[in-house]
Amino acid sequence: MVKKRTWATIYLFIVFIVLYLPIFYLMFYSFNKAGNMTHFTGFTLDWYQEVFSDKRLIVIVIDTIVIALLSSVISTALGVFGALAIYLTKSRRSKNTLLSLNNVLMVSPDVIIGASFLILFTLIGIKLGFFSVLLAHIAFSVPIVVLMVLPKLQEMSPTLIDAARDLGAKRLDVLMKVVLPFITPGIFAGFFMALTYSLDDFAVTFFVTGNGFSTLSVEIYSRARQGISMSVNALSTLIFLLTLAIVLIYYFFSSEMGKKKRRSGGEHA
Amino acid sequence: MSKKLNNTYLIPYLLWIGLFVVAPLGMILYYSFFDIEGHFSIGNYIRFFTPIYLKMAASSISYAFLITFFTLLIAYPAAYLLTRLKNRQLWLLLIILPTWINVLLKAYAFIGLLGTYGLANTLLALSGIGRQQILFTGFSFVFVSVYLFIPFMILPIYNSLEKLNTSYVDAAYDLGASSWATFRRVIFPLTLEGVKSGCQAVFIPALSLFMLTRLIAGNRVITLGTAIEEHFLVTQDWGMGATIAVFLILAMVLVMVLMGRGWVKRW
Repeated sequence: MVKKRTWATIYLFIVFIVLYLPIFYLMFYSFNKAGNMTHFTGFTLDWYQEVFSDKRLIVIVIDTIVIALLSSVISTALGVFGALAIYLTKSRRSKNTLLSLNNVLMVSPDVIIGASFLILFTLIGIKLGFFSVLLAHIAFSVPIVVLMVLPKLQEMSPTLIDAARDLGAKRLDVLMKVVLPFITPGIFAGFFMALTYSLDDFAVTFFVTGNGFSTLSVEIYSRARQGISMSVNALSTLIFLLTLAIVLIYYFFSSEMGKKKRRSGGEHA
Repeated sequence: MSKKLNNTYLIPYLLWIGLFVVAPLGMILYYSFFDIEGHFSIGNYIRFFTPIYLKMAASSISYAFLITFFTLLIAYPAAYLLTRLKNRQLWLLLIILPTWINVLLKAYAFIGLLGTYGLANTLLALSGIGRQQILFTGFSFVFVSVYLFIPFMILPIYNSLEKLNTSYVDAAYDLGASSWATFRRVIFPLTLEGVKSGCQAVFIPALSLFMLTRLIAGNRVITLGTAIEEHFLVTQDWGMGATIAVFLILAMVLVMVLMGRGWVKRW
């Protein structure tokens, strides 16, 4: 029995090592004086300096963040509307149709989304660049927001709305003072997911980005195609730390929110 | 009253559905009927059934099967062992964390790891086997894909293992079943839902990922995704690209019908 246990531990250990090895390998060599990913000759911060002095890269990083923030704010708003629309649809059939249409973009491979958006933008006459990338990111982030908000709406007791109405609340008041506060955790989760979808996306952006404009993923791809470049290593270390920070903040906030809710004795998640 | 309320919310949402869900898919279908000169024809569909494209599709599908198989093979035991740990939430977070890191960065890491003088080859040289060409082969494509997909397979299987009522397992042992029989007759069938959604989450992306074939397989592997990208962005033959996209959508629908719905992709 003891032996079985050790084998199990070793197996899991190997899985974890393999999962993290590439990430730490990249980070480790980002400090390599030799400028390759094979022989570590000494510690240096040169590659980080290179990243911060690369104007083109800085512009791309800013563009990527602007796209991510703008697209997640807009898609969160659209997604909340979508979730409310689905929630308020009474007929079961229309509800299911709406949900299926919502999920089309969730399950479609990115190449399909990218190719079809490329056709769409070309036909409508939208110039490929910042705007087309922004539109695409909004478009593919909407369904995840809907999926994060909808369960919260369904969790909400309908008597809450009736009570507010009976007490004389106007429609807008019901929305702003009753419904929205209740579904805030869902909205927050949706916003966060939209943010990571946007930051993470490569394939769709690659299709609709055109020539002049680039996001971080697309830039990393084109640099990686030319082989090893130490600035990519340094950049990925920075991105890794940023990702870690975002995920930790998200977990912190969502658990705080959960605690607050439990304390106030509201609905259980 | 609520009817009116409903309508106002529906307007922006329906606009989004119309513009970004229905219209793009319709256009893929529409474009698949145009050849490169812009004439209406079903030539693209006929071309898809010529040996070049059929071979490409068959190879893409077999790679996807291989990738799904190996991912399952590694992920199932890992998910099973995870359910037995203390502090499971923390371990699970550690499984999820790598999925938040950009796929391209992970692929890029493997260019270094698997390269001629990378870690893998150094180990091979030390063990006496000698340096091998690992990067830019079918093997490296499968390996890196499996690496990328493992968390997406572990999560649904882990969830269904968590839901599994352990008294069934105890009952099987009490009735004298061996551990293998218990696994095959009790545990696996009861967690089949998780396995199915895991396979779905792996198989479709494995058909369509195109950056891996470029970065890791050095164009030695052509997936349906690579072919679509090439037709749209390199040869500018949108009609043929759209036709391959139609077949990819059909494959996706088929997998969803066979496996049941309910997964969320990450790329």
